[in-house]
Amino acid sequence: MSSTETPLQAAHGRKSLLPALRWRTIIIRPETAILLLIVLIATLASRLSPYFANIAFILESSTYYVEFSLIALVLTLVIIAGEIDLSIASMMALSACVFAVAVRAGVSIPIAMTASLGSGLVMGALNGFLVTIFRLPSIVVTIGTLTLYRGLAQVLVGDRSIGSFPSWFVGIDFRSIGRVPVPVVIFVTAAIVLGLGLSSTIYGRQIYQIGANEIAARHVGIHVDRIKMGLFLASGFGSAIAGLMMASRLGSVRYDLATGGELQIVLIAMLGGTSIFGGRGTILGTFLASWFLVIIATGMTVANITINAQLTVLGLLLIVSTIATNIFYVRCHQ
Amino acid sequence: MLLKKDLLAIVLAGASLFAATTTTSTRISIAYIPRSTGNPYYDGVIDGFRHGCAVLGCDFTTIGPATSDATSQIPFVAAQTQRGVNVIAITPNSPDALNPMFDRARRRGTHVFSINTDMPGNQSHREAAILPVDFTKIGPSQIELMGSLIGYAGDIAILTTTTDAPDQNLWVEDMKRVLAGSPKYARMKLVTVAYGNDDPQKSTTETEALITNYPNLKGIIAPTAVGLAAAAQAVETAKKVKQIKVTGLGTPNQMRRFIQNGTVTAFQLWSPYNEGLLAAYFVVGLEKGTIKNVPGTTFDVPGVGKMTIGKDNVINTQSDLTVFNRSNIDQFHF
Amino acid sequence: MRQCLVRCIDDFARNATMNTMIRLAGRVAQVREAGIAMILVLFSLIAGAVEPRFLTGETARVVLLAIPLVLVAAMGQMIVIVARHVDLSMGSILGFSAIVGGLVFRDHPQWPLVIGFLVAILVGAGLGLFNGLIVAIFKLPSIIVTLGTLSLYRGILFTLSGARQIDPNDIPESLIRMAQTSPVGVPWIVIIAFAVALVVHCFLKHTEAGRHIYAVGSNPVAARLRGIRIFPVTILVFTLSGALAGLAGIFYAARFGYVNPGITGVGFEFTVIAAVVVGGVSINGGVGSVLATVLGVVLLGAVTVALPILGTSGFWQNALYGAIILIALVLGRAVRQGGLRGLSATKDAG
Repeated sequence: MSSTETPLQAAHGRKSLLPALRWRTIIIRPETAILLLIVLIATLASRLSPYFANIAFILESSTYYVEFSLIALVLTLVIIAGEIDLSIASMMALSACVFAVAVRAGVSIPIAMTASLGSGLVMGALNGFLVTIFRLPSIVVTIGTLTLYRGLAQVLVGDRSIGSFPSWFVGIDFRSIGRVPVPVVIFVTAAIVLGLGLSSTIYGRQIYQIGANEIAARHVGIHVDRIKMGLFLASGFGSAIAGLMMASRLGSVRYDLATGGELQIVLIAMLGGTSIFGGRGTILGTFLASWFLVIIATGMTVANITINAQLTVLGLLLIVSTIATNIFYVRCHQ
Repeated sequence: MLLKKDLLAIVLAGASLFAATTTTSTRISIAYIPRSTGNPYYDGVIDGFRHGCAVLGCDFTTIGPATSDATSQIPFVAAQTQRGVNVIAITPNSPDALNPMFDRARRRGTHVFSINTDMPGNQSHREAAILPVDFTKIGPSQIELMGSLIGYAGDIAILTTTTDAPDQNLWVEDMKRVLAGSPKYARMKLVTVAYGNDDPQKSTTETEALITNYPNLKGIIAPTAVGLAAAAQAVETAKKVKQIKVTGLGTPNQMRRFIQNGTVTAFQLWSPYNEGLLAAYFVVGLEKGTIKNVPGTTFDVPGVGKMTIGKDNVINTQSDLTVFNRSNIDQFHF
Repeated sequence: MRQCLVRCIDDFARNATMNTMIRLAGRVAQVREAGIAMILVLFSLIAGAVEPRFLTGETARVVLLAIPLVLVAAMGQMIVIVARHVDLSMGSILGFSAIVGGLVFRDHPQWPLVIGFLVAILVGAGLGLFNGLIVAIFKLPSIIVTLGTLSLYRGILFTLSGARQIDPNDIPESLIRMAQTSPVGVPWIVIIAFAVALVVHCFLKHTEAGRHIYAVGSNPVAARLRGIRIFPVTILVFTLSGALAGLAGIFYAARFGYVNPGITGVGFEFTVIAAVVVGGVSINGGVGSVLATVLGVVLLGAVTVALPILGTSGFWQNALYGAIILIALVLGRAVRQGGLRGLSATKDAG
């Protein structure tokens, strides 16, 4: 703003700037980019294979990825706050193993599920404890806990798969509400709840502030440690829910459930425009990115694209999307 | 910003989402899903399949997951079902995790066959199983081979894969039974069973532990290609080739070096190529109606011989194992 | 709640004997290397007590054999982490270089062994360079970039290898010999690995480039003010890391006798990072010594070898690894802050 302007002129200038700005902020966002990408990829996939373009098939295929997508929603919050949790897939496995072992021991399903969710909270608490009380960097802590939890799962169930759950529990992906599979409904509900929570509550705003500048947030009086602990607990809880969903879908549980899942989950969060530096990101972005991943993965598999090509594409995607997001955010500052 | 033709493409894509899927093809289509890609053993099966299809005039594709964990094949089975292939041939990574997928495929008219391993307890979910050899012969043959190498006296150990693998467990149990039951092996003692998880590093450290813990060890049986290669390597590095005889199941390409330098005198296997070839003939014959899937039926496979469908619709490609040693190893290239 | 917890730990730490012990150990362990050496000795004693066979020359030989791969890669990862980055694509680079090296051996068996080594190292360096370029040019966090290249490189190496493995008979006999023996009895790869460690040590401590790496890692803003250009330093650390991962790839072929696109190097980066973290290298950058990292690698190697000998079910291995990492992290921080009391102090710089 030029200093020779009178305040009145400046005010007028600002006002006329406003409507145009709003229009631009809606169009030029990572979320819109993802939406366009989804449409593009869906079109491409349909041209690649005639078997792709079938809503029932896509919805059914999405159930393979929905567990990870659910955790990605929670991870988005963690990353916005400036931390990261790489132990998510291991927490899924361990909580699922806790559930299976409890069922095998004869405990009733609701209690076993509670035990499983409880174990998720305990694991999240350990992560949160090490990060907030001992002030260790979350990246190494969660690399350590990812190994530890996976190892504990291995100790708990050994090499075997534990199955034989009652039939009403198994096959959650085959149940639908309307034409939509239950896991997808759970995912969409969680997205709505978390999205509203992040954008409309005080805690949500505080999460952004912590991510943007933690020291400043502390000075302003935000209970940074409490919120971070809460986020890690949520991460553990969410992983446990996803673990139960997977146990139901597969009908059995092994210690190596979801190995490598942490990478996919981080990919979804990054694709959704979350900045790894913290302070930026939306649930909507992650939500759209999940669907994007579903479409790309399903499209590639049904077009018989080999696993090498799929890995290459996913790796490239991550890099390109992060570059694009970063460029966008840097431009935004100017 | 969107061009008219993009708009048209999007509309079409949207409309086609509600279309049903159909296949129109007069050639029989077969999809083979191995345990994982990059495993040379399954490459042999694929070669046989492919050549069989080239002769018989059917469409053959193969696509597989990157890892062999229990549930990695699920999206691939779903995709092939969606594509409406006539036959899904698969080497399942789990005896039961894929049951619902198989049932769905069969309801849609796709035939499901298990290749190289069966699904104990879950045979009703597949139509037939093609095994490489009579599995009940493996245990006794291996013990006999081991005995002939060490003069039927001394301590031996078994290096296997995971505690969960049904075929490995079967063979190990058979070996124990044969050792205990026959006076011929009375002077041979099984000191332990080690688990290498089909991982070269783990198999190597387990073998090294065997060498350290059992100074009187005379022989190691590794009925797994990865384990056998690792054990041979470890024994060679420890310079204990004269004291410890290593044998088991392995592929000629992997073991050639060890045969040539004397680390391993002999090992056994069968022909995965023949197995794939037989599978192609069998499957095409079934589709065309020239072979009936009923125990007791016999049919011919050029280059392999006369096959009989056994109990539970199991076909054994050959009845006895092939022994590989210096005299014949150069004839084989898989 | 947090106050309660902090007070709890404070009371526990205030216990005099506990504190003196910690402070004593801390003083010794202040010399970071000595701390890890202490843990190593302790572990060996305990393992030896449980199973005397652990303390034999045979075991020492096996441990020595188990570490060259991780040692060489850990050197690379250490350089990267000191510069305040991380390289998660190390396993894929290892696999990639191993495959390319293997292809060279397979298709040109008449070429000298050295060519294979050079090719693998160059390929690794090239892949590392790509990592460095993306991080430096686009100013992206290395964790994300290397997460992406982990997948990218693995996919490409699958295609390169035709999804088939390099069989043992394609690997030259002379290479396998290097993992077994040498004129002095100790296998060549062990000698090379320790030589590499020595070179890296000299590079980091006694060259200008090495000092720049520490400077950039501990405080990039101050480094820039001093006139150090961040761009070349970033490129350098990733290229070095890639080159060393490439060398580790050839070691893999030597030790195991074959290379498989689906197995070789998968999950390796976590093992290496664990060793580096246990070796006291701070994830915040600017801190770390080669000797301490070497000891960290030896410790983890000893644990890996000890478990089957002790008869522990292999199931405990991962859990133990994770526990060791966490304990090392907590202890490292406690030592740096001067005892348990310091644990709840504000985040330290390194």
